[in-house]
Amino acid sequence: MRWFLLAAALSSAPALAADAEPQGQAIFIRNCAPCHGPGIGNPGENQKPGTAALAAKYGGKLPALLEERRDLTPELVAFFVRNGATVMAPYRKTEISDADLVALGAYLSRNNPKFSGRKIRKTS
Amino acid sequence: MPLPPHLSPQLWQEALTRLRAAVGPDALFTADEDVTLYRDAYSPVWGEPEERQASAAVAPNSTDQVQAVVRIAHHFGIPLFPIATGRNLGYGGSAPNLSGSVIVDLKRMNRIIEVDDKRHFAIVEPGVSYFDLYRHIQERGLDVWIDVPDPGWGSVMGNALDHGVGHTWSSYRDHFGSHCGLEVVLPNGEVMRTGMGAMSSAKTSGDFRYGFGPYVDGLFAQAGFGIVTRMGIHLMPRPECFLHRRVLAYRRQDIVPLVEVANKLEDAGLVGMPLYESPMFGAQFADKALRDIATASDVWNGNAIDRYAAEKTMPAWQLGLSFYGPAEVVEASWRHAQAQFAKAIPGAKFETIETLRFPLSPQAEEEALHKVLIGVPNLNIFAIGARSATNPEPADGHLLFSPMVARSGEEVMKAQRLFTEGMREMGTDFPMSYGPFTAPFTWMPRIFALTTGLPVSRSDPKVNQRSRETMRKLIELGARHGYGEYRTPPLFQDQVMGTYDFNDNALRRFCETLKDAVDPKGIIAPGRGGFWPRAMRKEA
Ligand SMILES: Cc1cc2nc3c(=O)[nH]c(=O)nc-3n(C[C@H](O)[C@H](O)[C@H](O)COP(=O)(O)OP(=O)(O)OC[C@H]3O[C@@H](n4cnc5c(N)ncnc54)[C@H](O)[C@@H]3O)c2cc1C
Repeated sequence: MRWFLLAAALSSAPALAADAEPQGQAIFIRNCAPCHGPGIGNPGENQKPGTAALAAKYGGKLPALLEERRDLTPELVAFFVRNGATVMAPYRKTEISDADLVALGAYLSRNNPKFSGRKIRKTS
Repeated sequence: MPLPPHLSPQLWQEALTRLRAAVGPDALFTADEDVTLYRDAYSPVWGEPEERQASAAVAPNSTDQVQAVVRIAHHFGIPLFPIATGRNLGYGGSAPNLSGSVIVDLKRMNRIIEVDDKRHFAIVEPGVSYFDLYRHIQERGLDVWIDVPDPGWGSVMGNALDHGVGHTWSSYRDHFGSHCGLEVVLPNGEVMRTGMGAMSSAKTSGDFRYGFGPYVDGLFAQAGFGIVTRMGIHLMPRPECFLHRRVLAYRRQDIVPLVEVANKLEDAGLVGMPLYESPMFGAQFADKALRDIATASDVWNGNAIDRYAAEKTMPAWQLGLSFYGPAEVVEASWRHAQAQFAKAIPGAKFETIETLRFPLSPQAEEEALHKVLIGVPNLNIFAIGARSATNPEPADGHLLFSPMVARSGEEVMKAQRLFTEGMREMGTDFPMSYGPFTAPFTWMPRIFALTTGLPVSRSDPKVNQRSRETMRKLIELGARHGYGEYRTPPLFQDQVMGTYDFNDNALRRFCETLKDAVDPKGIIAPGRGGFWPRAMRKEA
């Protein structure tokens, strides 16, 4: 627990509640999964558009599904949510609040071994 | 970010203090990093002086708060620009007509007031998305369907207020046409209800749209006469069965009888949205011989297309037909439709595409071919334009050109040729835009849209310049031949309104007269719809 408090105090990011990941998952399902989730697209498309886009971008070097990525950081997630990419428009704070974004970042970076937030919570 | 026009920095600060007090500190956005999120992500003037940008954004969460915001804006003379979910991509996004406007972001007003599955309507606030309304209906097992546009993240209300469209029966897919009753905050801050809502004791605002007296609802769509805070919308009962069937026609001229028969079936209430396509559209990018045919100057006589169709057994046109209703009824309707097409189009073939019975399991729903045809919101349409194996360097979005063309095969072929040759003369070569395989969209009932997308870029102003210039020329070219736009981004709204020129633009002048009377200071979305209050008119 001390570890957690110390790390939270050192980082400028708000402390992560224990339920950040499930909350982040719910935000992902609601906002991101229609493009970046598994499943099929319109006729002729065997993937959702965001998943197909990342498959084309990374050519198999990284997983096309965001939920399977091990390299995402909360900062990267926040960047794309607030800036968009190609045809994906950014999300405003009335759609995904800063607090929601922290939870989403925690969820999508949960598999990243380098993401310290994860380690912090494990040791706490 | 720009300040509201003609406002001193001191008064601006005073106005912000009052807005903050009205909505709470978390619901006023003034930092650049927040206000920048209201830029039009598909802007064709991204980062250029012409880009229209907001000064701030305010997010009220009740009608009372909207009234307070409007009264403050009225006091200070600050123009507001209301958005519901602000996803109007291709038609302006969430950016205002006038730089320096304050965006009124209504996303937080996301209550579903009522869904009645016996009288078949819903009453919603602006922030309710199609996903939200669908989820609400599913979770409660209600016996109604919604009609959805391609992107499900938009607002039921916002979409309707820009005359947006969907994909099922004609009476539902014209979303403004199927709305029923509005609650509106007027430019002076007063609340008004229209239709039966204008009678405080009535319980029928979601049923009967007219009430008594002039029908004023049209003034609140594509216009700045008020901020809508509540809207009724008619819903359809959930059908027992959905059939999707296809008619294949092998000659270019077949589009004429194809449209005639489809019009008759649809206007008699036997089919939902006719889905026209040409398999040759995609095929031309895989077969150079076909692309050569498409780009030859004599393609319009149809001979080469007909030869190719016969040789490859590839239809020149295909028409998807959607039937909704009890199994025996829809099967009978399909048999009737086949007989009509067979009689009108020698050699026509028929295909079974999909048969569904409702309710669907979640798995069956995921596997449904074309979800918007059965009212299931999704975002699959973004495959068009997103990065993919065949589109490795995608654009950052599209500017949508949507001319309305009479519902006949002859008109489709005439308009195809006009826009194809027009773009060639402009020296603009977007192979995906117009050509002899461009099929008409029938989203809006009783009219075709020959919609095309022109690429935009957030990094290359040259791309935007070309698309802008092309857009302006296409609007002018279309209007010369009677093809008017049904909606357009703010940047082009003055031009498009100008093309509705009967009797020295009597329509625009009438709107201006109303604007001068109702909102002389231009508090609500000045310029929206291509008309301005006197003080802001160019000639003023
Ligand atoms: C790939 C793609 C596919 C598309 N497919 C479709 C389609 O099938 N059908 C379709 O209709 N569109 C389509 N669009 C266009 C657009 O994305 C949708 O129409 C979308 O629903 C509009 O955004 P919105 O619902 O968030 O409305 P908003 O952006 O919130 O509102 C639209 C406009 O309505 C006005 N408005 C909104 N709320 C209020 C209010 N409370 N009071 C007064 N005025 C208000 C404002 O002028 C606002 O700019 C498509 C776009 C793209 C990029």
